[in-house]
Amino acid sequence: MPFLSINTHRTFFEPGQTILEICDALSIRIPTLCHLKGTSASGVCGVCLVAEKERGMIRACDAAAREGMDIRTDGFDVRAARKKAIEALVATGNHNCGVSGGMTSGFTDFQMDAGRMESSFDLCPVWGDCRLQDLVYEYQAQAGGFDTAWKKEVPDVGNPMIVRDFSRCIGCGRCVKACNEIQVNRAIDMDKSWGRDVATTVKGSSLTDSDCVFCGECIQACPVGALVDKKAKNLWRPWEVEKVRTTCPYCGVGCQQELHVKDGKIVKVAGVEDAAPNKGRLCVKGRFGYDFIYSDERIKMPVIRENGEFREVSWEQALDYTADRLKQIIKASGPDAVAGVSCARSINEDSYQMQKLFRAVFKTNNIDHCART
Amino acid sequence: MTNSFGEFGQAKMFFVIGSNMTEAHPVAATFVKNAVEKGASLIVADPRRHKLAAFADIHLGLAVGSDIALLNGLMHVLIKEELYDKSFVENHTEDFQKLRTLVEKYPPERAGAISGIEPELIVETARRLARVKPVMICYTLGITEHTCGRNNVVSVANLQMLLGNMGVACGGVNPLRGQNNVQGACDMGALPNVYPGYQAVTDPKAREKFQAFWGVDSLPQEIGLMIPEMMEGLEEKKVRAFYIFGENLANTEPDIAKVEKELAAAEFLICQDIFFNETTRFADVVFPAAAWSENDGTFTNSERRVSRVRTASLPPGEARPNWWIFREIARRFGQEWEFASAREIWDNEISVLAPNLGGIKYGRIEGDGLQWPCPSTDHPGTGFLHNGGAFARGKGQFLPVDWTPPAEVPDADYPFVLSTGRRLYHYHTRTQTGRCEGLNDLLSEETADISPRDAARMSIADGEYIRVSSRRGKVTVRARVTEEVPEGLVWMAFHFRENNANWLANPAFDPVTLTAEYKACAVNIEKQVCECQGN
Ligand code: SF4
Ligand code: SF4
Ligand code: SF4
Repeated sequence: MPFLSINTHRTFFEPGQTILEICDALSIRIPTLCHLKGTSASGVCGVCLVAEKERGMIRACDAAAREGMDIRTDGFDVRAARKKAIEALVATGNHNCGVSGGMTSGFTDFQMDAGRMESSFDLCPVWGDCRLQDLVYEYQAQAGGFDTAWKKEVPDVGNPMIVRDFSRCIGCGRCVKACNEIQVNRAIDMDKSWGRDVATTVKGSSLTDSDCVFCGECIQACPVGALVDKKAKNLWRPWEVEKVRTTCPYCGVGCQQELHVKDGKIVKVAGVEDAAPNKGRLCVKGRFGYDFIYSDERIKMPVIRENGEFREVSWEQALDYTADRLKQIIKASGPDAVAGVSCARSINEDSYQMQKLFRAVFKTNNIDHCART
Repeated sequence: MTNSFGEFGQAKMFFVIGSNMTEAHPVAATFVKNAVEKGASLIVADPRRHKLAAFADIHLGLAVGSDIALLNGLMHVLIKEELYDKSFVENHTEDFQKLRTLVEKYPPERAGAISGIEPELIVETARRLARVKPVMICYTLGITEHTCGRNNVVSVANLQMLLGNMGVACGGVNPLRGQNNVQGACDMGALPNVYPGYQAVTDPKAREKFQAFWGVDSLPQEIGLMIPEMMEGLEEKKVRAFYIFGENLANTEPDIAKVEKELAAAEFLICQDIFFNETTRFADVVFPAAAWSENDGTFTNSERRVSRVRTASLPPGEARPNWWIFREIARRFGQEWEFASAREIWDNEISVLAPNLGGIKYGRIEGDGLQWPCPSTDHPGTGFLHNGGAFARGKGQFLPVDWTPPAEVPDADYPFVLSTGRRLYHYHTRTQTGRCEGLNDLLSEETADISPRDAARMSIADGEYIRVSSRRGKVTVRARVTEEVPEGLVWMAFHFRENNANWLANPAFDPVTLTAEYKACAVNIEKQVCECQGN
């Protein structure tokens, strides 16, 4: 197997591997804003720089490993080069979390607009949950005064799920990779007609007129506040949520979800990266179909029918009443006069208990569920 | 599924039959699309040209309910041209001669005449299937929801054994399960004939084992009733008490009018659910249940993977975990069940009783779940079954089957075929997705999908209200004119109450599985003269 040197360590590699992949396998962290795992490298953000002895600064994401390369992933020069790339990205947009280097000139405008409808002037909704902001902090990048070209760009809120605010788009293309190479929905592409690269829809201007199926993979891929989950917007800060891993309640794929839970309430759902079986992916139901549990229409008390109407009762009353009626029926007509249907949506332990109740307690095998649908 | 989702990405070829994966199992479909982008071949057999068909090398737009004719036709070609896997057939299967004799009767011309597919295309498909190894077959309810559903399933298995695609990674027979935990509910023995772990209730040894474990002096010996039999039993008063846990039968079963009559006949109906729905209208008592993410537990997905479900919120009001409710009823019959959490129930009962689940304990599935069979706590779980062609019964048995038409076929009064299924943005009767912000905006009402040619012939415009009627009922619904649907077919879902396809569907059942024929019945469509919605 061929080898190269990374931070003076001799490292073997598979032909075709990139420097980024090799470092990833060695747990050497290289910052990148555009590379999306499992998709082709585009190299557009220019942040993943490493020093190679002969060639100088190269991008780790699209540099194929070659025999004998001598790579250094840190050092003053590497950090300075990365910092410059980060500063260039910050300067392209409305990064009004403060990383743009000062809000002074725009602050009155910002305050005036803050109360209005959906606006690019609102404080960035992903404050504290932004890869660009993290890197600006880590590299102490300074973008200087900010460019105001983005002010003309009105966020697209014409769909129920995704706020698309291109004033904050850094043109990294991760959403496009997510849509085209991961989910393969082909709804969006990069568009230069804005004067710089931003993500747009392939057909029409609104997502609802495109081939978008609202899987939300693009939201999960966006490293900044340009694509935001509308239902979760402004509801949570990263340090307020507990992340709970669970399994999607809808179809038989069984996708692994990362619930963002604040004060005992789910505020957002993401896919668990690298998890089996879904490798971070979700569909529209898995990502956005969680809030039914908070509906006011949930049944909150046991009820018993009396004179044609439901009356709320205590558990004691409901359970005693049920057990009595069942006992009467079993006594009069035998256990097979009782039948039950279990739930193919509920947990295993529930189905187990129900069949045990029917078999061991009622003494009937009349237990089924919609096994065939 | 005999195989796993993780294998999709590496698969060389897929044969997807009766599965609208991009809508019903969207994330599974992404893996198929990834493989196709990387060069894998894809053959889609479906009456509808649904989204996945756009990625296919061949789309076989077969007539609704003609799957067995098509599959037998393919096998006919494979045998006649000697393209099948002779060594696999010889070493790992039995009754090949029976299969040969039966599929002899299905030359491509006959298979084509029944399925509406060009004979040349059947030959070409068979050759392609034989050229690549392994081929992964995926199917969904398009195969099972027929009066010949069990035979459809058997035919798919016949084809894969003939091609020698069993017992290998990236091959196998892969039914994508409709609901998140259908696999689990089966594994748990929520079936009239088996205990947890598929141990037969008629097997005295199994009965003794469960009797001893549960500490009871007897267990019933007779196989119980399946859902359609229970429902009929209600009217005949054979079933007097009916306990429905989490199912909205009044909307999900075919022929709603009949189902509601049966539910109304129930003498004592218990519903346990999270919302009042069309079914709870008939209840005598309703228990408020905890929902997904309101209690800990496990789900088992289509690839037999047992994964954790965790608590994020508390149930509202007095709602309680379902396992607790069942335990409380048992207590009132004088049985004190020891375990009082899902984890205790799994670790101390389920995994002890079901040999295939023996090695799966909560402590081992904190991250990724484990796939059964997993017989011991040092077993890594099983990605694909029948490794190397080793079947549970020794050899894989060919079970040749003849094609039979759906129970109800079009005629002069009802000249269209109605086929039904799910759409992307909603789930079943919308008790859940209908209460999620945004999903109703993405899909706010039912449509009847019809072909452009039928629409033009009947001068029906896209979005116009039409009436769809069958021998069982009629609904008024907007037409959606789409190239997805072939001439003569009407396609509808069952997400909305008013124009639910189940008002129309035929309660005809597979004689073995008692699965209803949701995929085929005869209907008529008429242009509505006035804009009014209603009957
Ligand atoms: S939601 Fe999904 S389909 Fe829509 S643009 Fe984003 S990635 Fe593409
Ligand atoms: S929307 Fe987000 S992910 Fe897409 S190109 Fe812009 S910054 Fe990148
Ligand atoms: S996220 Fe979508 S594909 Fe995944 S399990 Fe849920 S419903 Fe199925």
